[in-house]
Amino acid sequence: MDTVVLDVADVNKNFAGLQALSNVNLKIKEGKTHAVIGPNGAGKSTLLNVCVGRLQPDTGSVTFDGEIITGKKPYEINQAGVARVFQTPEIFADLSVEHNVMVAALAKRDGSFHPHAFRNLVSETAIHDEALAVLEDLGLKRMREMKAESLSRGDKRRLELAMCLIQHPRLLLLDEPTAGMSRHDTNQTIDVLKRIKERGMTKVIIEHDMHVVFSLADWITVLAQGAIIAEGPPEEIRGNPKVQEAYLGGAHE
Amino acid sequence: MMITRSPRHDMMMIGVFALVVLTMPIWLAPFGAAYPDLLQKFVIFGIMAVGYNILFGLTGYLSFGHAAFLGVGSYSAVWMFKLFTMNVIPAVIIGTLMAGVFAVVIGYVCLRRSGIYFSILTLALAQMCYNLAYSVLTPITNGETGLQIRPTDPRIIDAMFLEPTERVPTTTLFGIDMTGYGGFYFCAVALIITFFISVRIFRSPFGLKLRAIKSNQNRLNYTGINTRPYLLIAFVISGMYAGLAGSLLAVTDPLAGAERMQWTASGEIVLMTILGGAGTLFGPILGAWIIKYFENIFSAFNDGRLHEIFSFLPDTLESIAVGISAQFVGEGWHLTLGLMFMLIVIFLPGGLIEGFNRIVARLRPGQARRRAPAVEEKEAS
Repeated sequence: MDTVVLDVADVNKNFAGLQALSNVNLKIKEGKTHAVIGPNGAGKSTLLNVCVGRLQPDTGSVTFDGEIITGKKPYEINQAGVARVFQTPEIFADLSVEHNVMVAALAKRDGSFHPHAFRNLVSETAIHDEALAVLEDLGLKRMREMKAESLSRGDKRRLELAMCLIQHPRLLLLDEPTAGMSRHDTNQTIDVLKRIKERGMTKVIIEHDMHVVFSLADWITVLAQGAIIAEGPPEEIRGNPKVQEAYLGGAHE
Repeated sequence: MMITRSPRHDMMMIGVFALVVLTMPIWLAPFGAAYPDLLQKFVIFGIMAVGYNILFGLTGYLSFGHAAFLGVGSYSAVWMFKLFTMNVIPAVIIGTLMAGVFAVVIGYVCLRRSGIYFSILTLALAQMCYNLAYSVLTPITNGETGLQIRPTDPRIIDAMFLEPTERVPTTTLFGIDMTGYGGFYFCAVALIITFFISVRIFRSPFGLKLRAIKSNQNRLNYTGINTRPYLLIAFVISGMYAGLAGSLLAVTDPLAGAERMQWTASGEIVLMTILGGAGTLFGPILGAWIIKYFENIFSAFNDGRLHEIFSFLPDTLESIAVGISAQFVGEGWHLTLGLMFMLIVIFLPGGLIEGFNRIVARLRPGQARRRAPAVEEKEAS
């Protein structure tokens, strides 16, 4: 039960004199939702970028599923089973909603490189059905033929989530999945994430909205100025005076 | 717009396209363009544009060096004529393959960068090829004179089967002369085949991933796809299309010169693609036809012809009208092309095909909105 899926060990990252991460240690356990919170500039996004291969740590290593992934390319890390939702939705804006999801499904099925130059997309019925099922699940099915760029901001985020979910990742990283969403959209997203949680998918979630954090997280890590200042189950974090001071006090509306 | 279409619909579309291409000598006659020399150019640059579109239209990588592949194709084809046989089949195959080899090397280097840096790298490498053709490589390219067929060439295979002649031989396809209409139909068949391949690529998962690269390469990386080999394949395919076009130029006129590789030639291909509509199936071909039509017909208009056109006006008005319009025809056809290009980029970023689509979309819902689509219609006709 307590298998460690992602193990961040002694990671340091320095940006031209600014210590973005200092000696960060993090163990993400299988099937859990792990929230990383902290004030702006605490190094949360940097931590995520180190995990997906966008940034290389100065020292330390990241191990996923028993294998060191530091130094690997982003597409290799994804193929290993890590999917990521970005802070600003990264989608294929020129493609239809359905094609967005199909690209992700093809990447999962065919690996990082497989041309299939002479197969017709129409004959990829299995991929298409899978895409429709995921879109249905996230309430995007009726927009499937729309261009992704014409979706609302909340739907774009949901589409990005759909692209990650269709890959059935072992670990899902979410960078502020509800930022800029209305309360209604936020609650919908929470519902979706809760449903995913029931399926046992491991998640790391970075979030400012405490409502989201406390409704989803099994474990919370608090970052401030690149260092972990507290760690524990939600009830404990809520009562921790150090955290109150560094973060919660100011941000609690 | 790019909703998946059924394969049957595609086959019908290709059939119609084949019919349009093969009947060009008939329907282009009223435009004064139905002579073999120009018809050959229409289809050859059509192939070029179809290939370029696979790179630029799908992946968005703007190459300024495709004329180099055209030149490589031409030189290779002429060398095949000189050394082995005047039969066009080996020339076309080797021309295409040689361009493919060049594309692998140039693509491997240039695709390490994207955006404007990629464009500049391709431009630099193509200019390098052009300059080498004039300097170090003159033994292969024959420098400024250009590579020509001579009666004294060895032509090993032909020498075994045919009587040696004093005359400069012409290119053939197993006895069919490839310089006139024969050449046109040969190139037309090549265009139809290459168009078919391009439709298949557009409709395949490969094509979808290429479009995803254009849309958001970053996302694709985090979606588990290694974009570099996809880009290289697209680059090599389009390079081979250019090599095929180059060798067909040599088939219809067995002479290869380095001016074919100059950057203006590369620029022309970019213009064709954008004018017609990058990323659409027919757009680039349409663009190629329009530019070649302008280059050959419009540029031949002279004052006498203009006086004829404006003869219905009173004398003074006529001379004014001729004086103004003379700037836009003949030598000034570049000016017309430039203006047209500007209008299209500003008002129809999707090219002429977008114009057609808009017109169709307006006509379809019946007479509901009959606002005259003046600008589009003028540009589209």
